[in-house]
Amino acid sequence: MEALQVETVGMTMRFGAFTALDAVSMTVRPGTVHALLGENGAGKSTLVKCIMGFYHATEGGLLVNGREARIADPIDAQRLGLGMVYQHFTLVPSLTGAENLVISRADAPRVINWSAERAQIAEFLTRLPFQPELDQPVSRLSAGEKQKLEIVKQLYLGNRFLILDEPTSVLTPDEADEMLSHIRALCMSGEISVLLITHKFREVRAYADDVTILRRGRMVGGGAVSRLSNDALAHMMMGDAATPRAPHRQETEKRPVLVVRGVQARSRSGTSHIRIDDLTVHSGEIVGLAGISGNGQTELMEMLTGQRPLTAGNINVKGAAYSATRQEARDHKVRYLPEEPLKNAAAPSMSVAENLAFRDFDMGTSGPRLWQDRRAMERAAEAQIIGYNIKTTSAHSPISALSGGNVQRTVLARELSGDVDLLIVANPCFGLDFNAVAAIRERLIAARNRGVAILLISEDLDEIMELSDRLATIRDGQITFQGATSSITRSEIGVYMAGHA
Amino acid sequence: MDSTATRVPTLPGLAIWLPRLEAVAIPVAALIAGLAVFSLFLLALGNSPIEFFSLVFKAAFGTAFSWKNTLSRVAPLLFAGLCVALPARLGLVVIGGEGAIALGGLAAAVTGVWLASLPGVVGLPAMAFAAMAVGGLWIGLVGLLRIKRGVNETIASLLMAYIAIALMNHLVEGMFRDPASLNKPSTAPLADALRVGNMPIGIEVHWGFGVGTIACVLCWVLTDRTTIGFAARIAGDNVRAAQVQGLPVAKLIVGFTTLGGAMAGLAGFFEVAAIHGSANASLVVGYGYTGILVAFLARHNPLAIIPVAILLAGFEASSGLIQRRMDLPDATILVMQGIVFVMLLLSETLYGRIKFFRPELWEDPR
Repeated sequence: MEALQVETVGMTMRFGAFTALDAVSMTVRPGTVHALLGENGAGKSTLVKCIMGFYHATEGGLLVNGREARIADPIDAQRLGLGMVYQHFTLVPSLTGAENLVISRADAPRVINWSAERAQIAEFLTRLPFQPELDQPVSRLSAGEKQKLEIVKQLYLGNRFLILDEPTSVLTPDEADEMLSHIRALCMSGEISVLLITHKFREVRAYADDVTILRRGRMVGGGAVSRLSNDALAHMMMGDAATPRAPHRQETEKRPVLVVRGVQARSRSGTSHIRIDDLTVHSGEIVGLAGISGNGQTELMEMLTGQRPLTAGNINVKGAAYSATRQEARDHKVRYLPEEPLKNAAAPSMSVAENLAFRDFDMGTSGPRLWQDRRAMERAAEAQIIGYNIKTTSAHSPISALSGGNVQRTVLARELSGDVDLLIVANPCFGLDFNAVAAIRERLIAARNRGVAILLISEDLDEIMELSDRLATIRDGQITFQGATSSITRSEIGVYMAGHA
Repeated sequence: MDSTATRVPTLPGLAIWLPRLEAVAIPVAALIAGLAVFSLFLLALGNSPIEFFSLVFKAAFGTAFSWKNTLSRVAPLLFAGLCVALPARLGLVVIGGEGAIALGGLAAAVTGVWLASLPGVVGLPAMAFAAMAVGGLWIGLVGLLRIKRGVNETIASLLMAYIAIALMNHLVEGMFRDPASLNKPSTAPLADALRVGNMPIGIEVHWGFGVGTIACVLCWVLTDRTTIGFAARIAGDNVRAAQVQGLPVAKLIVGFTTLGGAMAGLAGFFEVAAIHGSANASLVVGYGYTGILVAFLARHNPLAIIPVAILLAGFEASSGLIQRRMDLPDATILVMQGIVFVMLLLSETLYGRIKFFRPELWEDPR
């Protein structure tokens, strides 16, 4: 078994009029780590989805070891030895590592002879430079151990070309370094070739041989990492404006709107506590809360929306105690934009018009109303569909029929309509395409300029750097840093997010 | 891909109705498919499906007498159907209506014995209220267990139905037994003034049918025309979205389960006050379970419960004649109901898959 060479030739992917990938040609040399660099929405995931057969490229093709490969689906890709490690784990949590390996095989026998399989796995492991934990249920493993196991699984399946999709985003810096050095060692020994999707320069510099940079679906540069400076990389990735701060900032009066003080709650797992000692968001500012996923962001959102009981402390909005009832949210003009809106903020089988009405359906002009006014609801919906450019067949279509960007726009239209004083947003652009991302960020900045206080909880550091006036970091359920966004560098933030290594 | 839409696309008027048509067409198709499969079952037993269905039609809807026979069975199905349909609006599958019917009937009978000297205009509403209160409490408790402890409402309601039936039997055979009821332990018979009579519509059908129909209409107004019903739909479709909106999900759950239980309690009231004249084991004849089928066939729409209940009551009314004429056991109707229910559950997977009903699938929105 040897590392594969994988080459894309003029790969192009169009969705309707939108070109997600524009004639990208790149070569991953056998036995190397090839970094794929680009901002969110640059086309990195579209490219790898085309390689793995999730998408079928509109034009162009794929060469594996110099031969044309037609990949209809991921099973074909696996047959050719192409494997992918996803950002999120694909292991069965209740099974042990060894069990996960065996069941992942396409040819796993109906009756499994465990002693034989174990012997085989042990023999296989002797050829690896590192040893994964195989006897514990996966649910007990740390994120780093799980990621290691994901990679071992790919090798065990016989894959010799691996795509790693931001593999370190869920890891601490130590874990990330350990994992990437293992990867590097495997490449150097000629076992595998790797396409590493990332947006961390440090990883590119330390572990990659070659790099390809995408911007807006186009390949804008690349070559041997050693010949490119960080500035050159940044320049290619970002275009001419190297670090785009969202433009048109207008300053309005700053009054404290959201004040979270000494608040505690149990974490999701119930094993630890979330403790927010002091977090204030003023009118007319965006406070970005950065953190590696799973450090208490979800819980904080739930505390702010009243879904998670507080064990101590209190939340104040505009000087009054706030417990997130519908009445309080209405009185204080508090709006929420939770992550994954279809899952957390919309009723999938209800229509776009109905979803747009969630906030106001029970309020008439002169107080609470009992009878529903469908006509008013539909009129309001049509105005918002136009105003927010929501693409839908009709106001009556179920919202689940819409694309992710349009679901997010629908929810945004609902939550930003009327007077808003406080907006709490979580990962608003996750999984959206370039245009949708730009439109949504523009709306957020516009709201800020109108004097709305915005708390932006995001796992996308670029988003926070671009949008926020002040920035806080969260780790292990606690705020580890707070200050002006301009006062801190990316790498310093990284230290606060990940803890001192 | 998201650049230049500046007008709301409008659809021909028909297209707006297509999703609603889907909600009718799929259950009807499932019903027909179920009856077709049941026909195979009849053929296997050596019986003619044609003879069977014409007999069913005759026995259920063929004559004035058969209409009377059918319509007098509708009332408990309407109420039992509502007991399933109302919580279903919140995404809860409550299948324990049978228990609320039994306890509601018992409460009505006991109240009636206690208030024996009162005139009907006072006594009957009091009995109905007692039945609704006990039924509502019983199913409301299921809702409370759900929101307080996360107990699965389906299992809880089913198990509580067993408790309710046992409790009813225990009390009827003990504390509230009429010493004169020898063969079949019952509560003391109700005074004539406390019996529910027939509606003045020419055929002998008791008031349960009328009240049940009105209850269905009122419940429909609640679920489909009020903001409370709209809030319930949001919570039923995505409880997290409802919570983020600050909607009172817990209150809605307790409210709708309580109302559903109250409806089942009314079924018990009418069984006691219009049919049996006392509470006894005859309250437990499976109306609560047929109500599940009614509600599912009606897609949990309270208005649709009315025709569906009439149809299923007709099937039940015909079982006696089927038994006599075709020499089939009366469980045959149960077999038919079971097959229809399986078909119905299968048909749930078809929603949103048939392109004709979904204008948004006609062209790729991109």
